[in-house]
Amino acid sequence: MALHTHVFKQVVESVIRIHGMPQARYAFVPQPVMGKTAEQLRAYVDGKDPLTGRPVMQEVIEGLTRPAEGDRVEQIKFERSTPRVVDADTEDNLHDLFLDNNWTDKLPIILPTEKRVAEMLAHTGRKPDEVAGHLRSNQFRQHWEFTVEKVAVNAVMAGARPEYFPVILALASSGVSARGSTTSSMAAMVVVNGPIRNEIGMNSGTGAMAPYNHANATIGRAYGLLSQNLQGGSLPGDSYMGSQGNNYAYNSITCAENEERSPWEPFHVQHGFKANESTVSIFTGCRSTAFTLGVREQYWREHARSMLRGLDAHGAPTFVLDPIAARQFIDRGGFDTKEKLIQWVYENALMPAGEYWDYQLIQNYIYPRATFGEEPYASKLKAAPDEMIRMFKPDEIHVVVVGGETNGYWRIMDCNYQKTVSVDEWR
Amino acid sequence: MANETNGDAKISVLNPVGYPPKITPKPMAPRLGSLDGKTLYLVDPRFDDSGLFLRQVQNWFAEHMPSVKTKLVEMSSVYTKDDPKTWETIKANGDGAIIGVGH
Repeated sequence: MALHTHVFKQVVESVIRIHGMPQARYAFVPQPVMGKTAEQLRAYVDGKDPLTGRPVMQEVIEGLTRPAEGDRVEQIKFERSTPRVVDADTEDNLHDLFLDNNWTDKLPIILPTEKRVAEMLAHTGRKPDEVAGHLRSNQFRQHWEFTVEKVAVNAVMAGARPEYFPVILALASSGVSARGSTTSSMAAMVVVNGPIRNEIGMNSGTGAMAPYNHANATIGRAYGLLSQNLQGGSLPGDSYMGSQGNNYAYNSITCAENEERSPWEPFHVQHGFKANESTVSIFTGCRSTAFTLGVREQYWREHARSMLRGLDAHGAPTFVLDPIAARQFIDRGGFDTKEKLIQWVYENALMPAGEYWDYQLIQNYIYPRATFGEEPYASKLKAAPDEMIRMFKPDEIHVVVVGGETNGYWRIMDCNYQKTVSVDEWR
Repeated sequence: MANETNGDAKISVLNPVGYPPKITPKPMAPRLGSLDGKTLYLVDPRFDDSGLFLRQVQNWFAEHMPSVKTKLVEMSSVYTKDDPKTWETIKANGDGAIIGVGH
């Protein structure tokens, strides 16, 4: 027997269906539970299920004691399939169909005709029917599978040029969804490294993270579209539960690292690839950003610490630096490698233990691990409430150089690095 | 890209949706018939104050169905990790379980 909050009705129904448990018993109480007093929570228990109007505890008792009726497993059809083509229709009607079926990001798309998809497929050596990967919107759902051709269909829809296709295939193969379903409203960030950046004309300079480059724009859009369509959807209330949503999701902050102007090792080289290899690196989260101009001589340390304290303690900082700011960090702090800057951030992102442990997300995701001995959280838990403790682990901190040197701006993106994937394997 | 589409002519396009997993039905545990004298585990997934809520569920049973023995337990780690040890404990020592609050 399970109890849920009422805004998750569609999610509950969807998850028990895809897990083959249509007879599961559940009841709902009002959202939210978080932050309520004991008296308010008791009122939930004594009250009625907001969706059925029946007493909550009556539903609980019945769920535990009464045999299931009317939904026998053998009566439910589980076999499903996805046709290769949709029924032929006029262009206008097909645009309406794609929109109505939630196959778009609500912006106009390019219709994926056979010819357009074939042109896309011509830019990879992989076969159209080869399995390209598996995706799901979160870990409580099962993976969906897709072929190279399915990725091409979504790439066409996004307006991508065929020469971008290996990058898009690499993203699709990553297993990381750009349409993750979490109430915290995630988006992805994509950083491209290596020769492919210049081969397809990506922007790593002025306006790299803005809508001024065709490859940046459409690769990022394709990543979003393929994520939602190849994982079985991203529908608010059903397979997407981001409470506020995230505007970065329109193109997943897709850009290239400015390797030519960076004073440091490229990001993909830090992660085991050669400089002449092409890769995509994926980060997820991207809920908050802190920014400033320059690395000031007198108070740069305090400025950086204040920016880090502005992040949720359960997040992770990725420094996104214009090349001017990157060089200033070398001048001010002597950080002649990214690793040295990362170490400084690790040692200087501090917070009183009491404040740290009181964050709701720390309570939800870190505190349970600490109480069962997982380090470094268990040691942090021993700190006195006013003792300063480190907010992040070193492997959660990253540095990327992006920008055109119109000024020395830099920002800290609150996001988790997921993985770096070879583009060359998908050429 | 070549322009293949115009006006009211019907065209054929490809479906952008991936392939769903095959679903395997899972049987549910037999229902208990009656809770009288039974032991119920109240399982706290440790998310968004769910333990405080289950404490009130436990109070409700104590007041309204005192013959039911309740045990409030926390999952061993975060709710995102499976917890076989807790499930085995419940199977061995309990008659039923209520898990909540799911979000």
